[in-house]
Amino acid sequence: MARAVVTLPPQAKRGDIVEIKTLAAHPMETGFRRTQTGDLIPRDIIRRFTCTYSGTEVFRVELHPAIAANPLIAFTTVATESGTLTFQWVGDNGYAVTETASIRVE
Amino acid sequence: MTTRREFLVVAAASLAAPAAVEAQLDPNQAAVRKAAFQAALGRVLGGAEVRRGRVKLRLPPLIDNGNSVPLSVSVESPMTAADHVAAIHVLTQKNPLPDVVSVALGPRAGRAVFSTRVRLADSQTVTAIAQLSDGSFWLDSADVVVTLSACLEEGLI
Repeated sequence: MARAVVTLPPQAKRGDIVEIKTLAAHPMETGFRRTQTGDLIPRDIIRRFTCTYSGTEVFRVELHPAIAANPLIAFTTVATESGTLTFQWVGDNGYAVTETASIRVE
Repeated sequence: MTTRREFLVVAAASLAAPAAVEAQLDPNQAAVRKAAFQAALGRVLGGAEVRRGRVKLRLPPLIDNGNSVPLSVSVESPMTAADHVAAIHVLTQKNPLPDVVSVALGPRAGRAVFSTRVRLADSQTVTAIAQLSDGSFWLDSADVVVTLSACLEEGLI
């Protein structure tokens, strides 16, 4: 059910700055909206996104209800070595998604 | 009975009202949110001084739909181990909560740039604050006009 998409170049030169785009399928319910009968819809958001490069954390984001549904996060990192990038989204109601991508550095 | 002439005078006056852009949020609630923004600003800065510059906040000036607004922040920095951006915070003045997003990064990011999509409840000023590795804070702000609010709650139409 929980889906996430990550795009980054499959290979890069050592020291290059690569752009990474991530997209997670999530409604990001704010907790401020009401149903037609006036009941508050409980908050359900992604709280935290982390990117680790071969075990080292390189980028972390704290998300709040003001982030739009299906949060897009685009950032950059330095291609230091061939390895695996791990992307993790953690949120309310036990939401946890992990996505990995490998990069080849020459 | 209103004559045609009186009606035209009133209609023209209401069209010319300068507060039209900010009329969506009722003043009481706006004050509460402004206080919440100041509290969030204090929490981010922790008593440190903040200067304008080095940060570039990009937002469209006119937003048709506040539910999904492209936002990007970039900071001028060499991003070396000795001199890099440690954190970027985005705050709003009229959303129900002032915090939008907080980013923690370091020299491994290569460039201090990130982009996302945000929700905006009203026409307002959005502020981006960058914390550098030497402990200094820099900010940039952008004024936006929102046509369709992201939140349909009390006080908003």
